[in-house]
Amino acid sequence: MTQEPILTARGLVKRYGRVTALNSCDFDLYPGEILAVIGDNGAGKSTLIKAISGAVVPDEGIIELDGKQVLFKSPIEAREAGIETVYQNLALSPALSIADNMFLGREIRKPGFLGDWLRMLDRPAMEKRARDKLTELGLMTIQNISQAVETLSGGQRQGVAVARAAAFGSKMVIMDEPTAALGVKESRRVLELILDVKKRGLPIVLISHNMPHVFEVADRIHIHRLGRRLCVIDPKQYTMSDAVAFMTGAKLPPEAALAA
Amino acid sequence: MSQVQEFEKALANSETSVAAFDEHGTSLVKRIQHFLHSTPAAVPLIVLVLSIAVFGVTIGGRFFSSYTLTLILQQIAIVGILGAAQTLVILTAGIDLSIGVIMVISAVIMGNCAVTYGLPTLLAVVIGLAAGGACGLLNGLLVAYMKLPPFIVTLGTWNIVMATNFIYSANETIRDADVDVQAPLLHLFGLNFKVGTAVLTFGVIAMVVLVLFLWYVLNHTAWGRHVYAVGDDPEAAKLSGIQTKKVLISVYTLAGLIAAFAAWVSIGRNGSISPSAAVTDYNLQAITATVIGGISLFGGRGSILGTLFGAMIVGVVSMGLNMLGADPQWKVLLTGVLIIGAVAIDQWIRKVSV
Repeated sequence: MTQEPILTARGLVKRYGRVTALNSCDFDLYPGEILAVIGDNGAGKSTLIKAISGAVVPDEGIIELDGKQVLFKSPIEAREAGIETVYQNLALSPALSIADNMFLGREIRKPGFLGDWLRMLDRPAMEKRARDKLTELGLMTIQNISQAVETLSGGQRQGVAVARAAAFGSKMVIMDEPTAALGVKESRRVLELILDVKKRGLPIVLISHNMPHVFEVADRIHIHRLGRRLCVIDPKQYTMSDAVAFMTGAKLPPEAALAA
Repeated sequence: MSQVQEFEKALANSETSVAAFDEHGTSLVKRIQHFLHSTPAAVPLIVLVLSIAVFGVTIGGRFFSSYTLTLILQQIAIVGILGAAQTLVILTAGIDLSIGVIMVISAVIMGNCAVTYGLPTLLAVVIGLAAGGACGLLNGLLVAYMKLPPFIVTLGTWNIVMATNFIYSANETIRDADVDVQAPLLHLFGLNFKVGTAVLTFGVIAMVVLVLFLWYVLNHTAWGRHVYAVGDDPEAAKLSGIQTKKVLISVYTLAGLIAAFAAWVSIGRNGSISPSAAVTDYNLQAITATVIGGISLFGGRGSILGTLFGAMIVGVVSMGLNMLGADPQWKVLLTGVLIIGAVAIDQWIRKVSV
């Protein structure tokens, strides 16, 4: 790669009591790519992702965003830096409307007296932007933007969460198991959504256990094993069974991939 | 378009129309359920109208007089205001058992400052409001930072505040006449004016204005949406970037502040200031109004307008039974039935999405 990575992490360490979840782990994300992160259960994928999205503060190591060192103490700080995360549980409030959910924590207020003094929300503006974003991502099968999220199907909820991340992420989007709970048809929609987001130039980190999905959309695959990056492979040069073999330690990765 | 995998090719022939459900298939009951789901204040409003109608028919014109109906409003003003405070807390999936005694201690502090210490009345009111807010803040800090269950925290502060109230006041009542002479401003919310035969006190006006104000705040400001989100799913709210601790602290503090405001209104209604009012179950009455008003005890659902209707339902029922000359215990019994009915309906409405 000749391009500069948008986000790099070097030597991340995170211990929980006697358990070492991250053992001097490295990570690189390049502009405009989809980087899949795979690994066995307990390999430390989630901790790595949490360290990048601000949900966990690493004990050691440095993270650089656009060449500048950053230290996120909360997901809010990571969000302000342009890193959006779609959590596995989606982090949506079921009783609130789609528009309210998309703008939760960053509401738009009405201009002038109503907004400054009465703190009134600008619902029309929020609903318009929410509708635009959903339309852009081909999600307008949702008829009513002010309907409660709990009345949506699983795929539609995922769509709302992805749309929220895509609408506000300026640097990168992290997606944690976006297809885990979905049916065949809905998984397909979400994969298309991921590629749509990529087309907009946002790099994506995709955490998934679903090998066919990973090999289909990823540009590079980061294989995580025993708390660190084992290797990074190109999905075009390796098969799914190779990846599984590396991930479980059944086979050693080639030297070239180790250096990547 | 991503390349389609083998097993997904079958999707090409699948039906493409989206969610075209047969409208005739949805029964009337389902449609009612959906309507109630989107309009949480509708149930208490319907019950209120029904109970007014029932008592109106059985008692006749005497009940329908504007005098009687406004008298009910005067009787529920205090519980309505406390219910508004309770609503905020219950929307965050909490509960505030200390709200009644916070009101009483705030009233005692206002009275003592104005009458016994001879401070300017306005200053006494501000000190009383601050005391109520401080009690609420204590609740909020314990719930948000110590992460103790709200039920336990407020059960503790209920006892602490009640005891403090009796120790501080030595259980001495401040007489109506003394308040009138030295601090007439404390009786402000007891003042009334007549519109025809209707008698409205400033306390009633204050309750309605407060509820409307809180309705606006809860539905049309970011803070209000955050209150709902925190009660709905605190983990999701946190990940969405809401500072859940700050929201909780502000909610409990505001509840304490509103309880202290209810204290001012209660001085107007009762005339005298009695520390022994701390044994009255104001907190339970406020919870009753809130629950009958359709605020879900599991948080995140309900409209504060429902609380106002809930308080009115209790007021109408007790007034109606009084006028019928029934044993007062029937009112207690009916309140119990209403509470269980309200929670059962809440559970049913929640199933709409499942």
